[in-house]
Amino acid sequence: MQVIKDKQVLDDDWQLIREIDEAAPLPEGKVILPFPYWKDNRDALLKQNSVQAVWIDGNIETASLVDDLSKFDLIALDFPAFKDGRSYSHARLLRQRYNYEGEIRAIGDVLRDQLFYMLRCGIDSFQLKEGKDAEDALKAFEDFTVRYQAAADDAVPVYKLR
Amino acid sequence: MYKYDNYDQTIVNERVAQFRDQTQRFLAGKLSEEEYRPLRLMNGLYIQRHAPMLRVAIPYGLLSSEQMRMLAHIAREYDKGYGHFSTRQNIQYNWPALERVPDILADLASVEMHAIQTSGNCIRNVTSDQLAGVAEDELEDPRPYCEIIRQWSTFHPEFSYLPRKFKIAVSGASHDRAAVRVHDIGLYLVKNDAGETGFEVVVGGGLGRTPYIGPTIRPFLEKQHLLSYLEAILRVYNQHGRRDNIYKARIKILVNELGKDEFARQVEEEWQHIKDSVLLLDQKEIDRVKGYFTEPEYDTDAASDTSFDSELAANKAFANWAKRNLARHKIAGYRAVIVSLKAPGIAPGDATDDQMDFLADMADKYSHGEIVVTHDQNLVLPHVKQGDLFELWEALAEQGLATPNIGLLTDMICCPGLDFCSLANAGSIPIAKQINEKFDDLDYLHDIGEIKIKMSGCMNACGHHHVGHIGILGVSKKGEEYYQLTLGGSAENDAALGDRLGPSFPREQVADVIGKLVEVYIDQRTEDERFLDTYRRVGMDPFKEKVYASN
Repeated sequence: MQVIKDKQVLDDDWQLIREIDEAAPLPEGKVILPFPYWKDNRDALLKQNSVQAVWIDGNIETASLVDDLSKFDLIALDFPAFKDGRSYSHARLLRQRYNYEGEIRAIGDVLRDQLFYMLRCGIDSFQLKEGKDAEDALKAFEDFTVRYQAAADDAVPVYKLR
Repeated sequence: MYKYDNYDQTIVNERVAQFRDQTQRFLAGKLSEEEYRPLRLMNGLYIQRHAPMLRVAIPYGLLSSEQMRMLAHIAREYDKGYGHFSTRQNIQYNWPALERVPDILADLASVEMHAIQTSGNCIRNVTSDQLAGVAEDELEDPRPYCEIIRQWSTFHPEFSYLPRKFKIAVSGASHDRAAVRVHDIGLYLVKNDAGETGFEVVVGGGLGRTPYIGPTIRPFLEKQHLLSYLEAILRVYNQHGRRDNIYKARIKILVNELGKDEFARQVEEEWQHIKDSVLLLDQKEIDRVKGYFTEPEYDTDAASDTSFDSELAANKAFANWAKRNLARHKIAGYRAVIVSLKAPGIAPGDATDDQMDFLADMADKYSHGEIVVTHDQNLVLPHVKQGDLFELWEALAEQGLATPNIGLLTDMICCPGLDFCSLANAGSIPIAKQINEKFDDLDYLHDIGEIKIKMSGCMNACGHHHVGHIGILGVSKKGEEYYQLTLGGSAENDAALGDRLGPSFPREQVADVIGKLVEVYIDQRTEDERFLDTYRRVGMDPFKEKVYASN
């Protein structure tokens, strides 16, 4: 699957499992699982898989992940519609309050014109909405060279530079 | 006033480039209408009934003469020769072509202006008191804090896709002229028992379909915590505000559903985590921004003028204007002049390109180059010497800008209505015209005194009808335009929502109904009582009886 990571387009081998098919076994390889499922099967999954990843949307509080944060190699944040901005707060809380250092990936309705904000909130990989041009989307990171306020990136309030 | 440095200018320039690119991608079919929509909205660009509408930000209503000339240029060059000053101290253009909007933004950027966050589900232009900096009753000038909030909220990465729009107002005076309690966040500068100045924080006020007067959630907030506290409120709202129903998505609904105490508790909890972070505001920065809002060089001899008093005595028209259109100024011998944009026959808040150029000249000549937009859609020249008032009045009168009606019945607040807006149910400008025609006797108007009529063409309440002494709401009844009246609203310190008068009226009856309401008031009032005071004392019944008895 093509993703944007570290401001580059690259292929990676994470598979996003949106819904669990109870009748079938989990696919082989690296999987991003719905957090409620992961939690219910926590011990088995920890034993069975060498890498762990979950996805949440705005309805799941980041606080509910806190006990297991160190287990996750990747946390995916869902944008069911790009206008749903809850995951921006999720990203900042994971990075700044809970000091999560693994990968945070934006999934769902992920579009070029929101990437700059997502990056600033601590999201560092992006699975664009299907059909969107990833090379074109890279330009979003150059939208602004000045940032007025601090977030989860290295920016300080601009007045401190004045 | 605030001046951009290299950082501010770079951001605005980069925004122009970004929006130009977004618009080109949209026109080339690479961005869908749905994807482009919030991007253009965050730049104040609506697609309206006739053409796009562009809303330009005027932070806390303050303009330099140079900026006003640019607004005139835009009206002339890209529009039909006029602009509409809005209730949020901004200006709207109703006829720009979509393809040319990036050029308009580039022109604006050349005078330190923009259209950033004038629409969309983000933190909007911060509004304030039109007499900020000159009011006698001011504890502290609110504008430096407005500017600090403007910078913090501009392209805030976490709060650009909120459940709904978000409006902040700041007032530094004892008389609330900024309608603070009907904002998502309202801030009053106040003193605590120790004599320190800080903020009283009000959250969850608002008009629209479900109007609320906002409650205070924190009586005193130290200045250095301003941004961290705002960020805590916004974070609670961003995470928990409703997103399932556009009509229930404003913060007022969340505050009401949780209750103000529980909402305040959640904010305080969030705030504890971030209050001592990098959000802690340096006193140095407060002082730096304050340094841009210093007083102009006032003439210390201004009060010795005697011509003002003699002209008042000699000229009744001038005296009428002076009585209504001047506000007291903290410096002796100075006044703030309120330029009425409510001349009969003109849509409230409209000004032509020539009038804008003219006012820029007047500001240079008489008011240290400053002009302020008021939230009731007039303009203020904030620093005029009393000795210059007569000359200024004569010049304003020649341009149709000296209507002596500030605070009177014909000084209506009014949204663009059905004539321009795709949301409206009913026209509002024709009603304003009807009221102006009915109340064309100046002496009668002055006798009626202060009465605030506010009119909206639909439930969205852009004309703030809920807080009008008389509120008028346009509704649609089987495709016909009808008008619902409310009495007793106020947006000031005694903030209140108006009470419904009764069944709505067809268009042609509105001015006559207002005539009857005024008759009841004149009949019932005691000396010096305003319409609002009389209504509050005698209640709805006498008004209701008079209006519906004859129908």
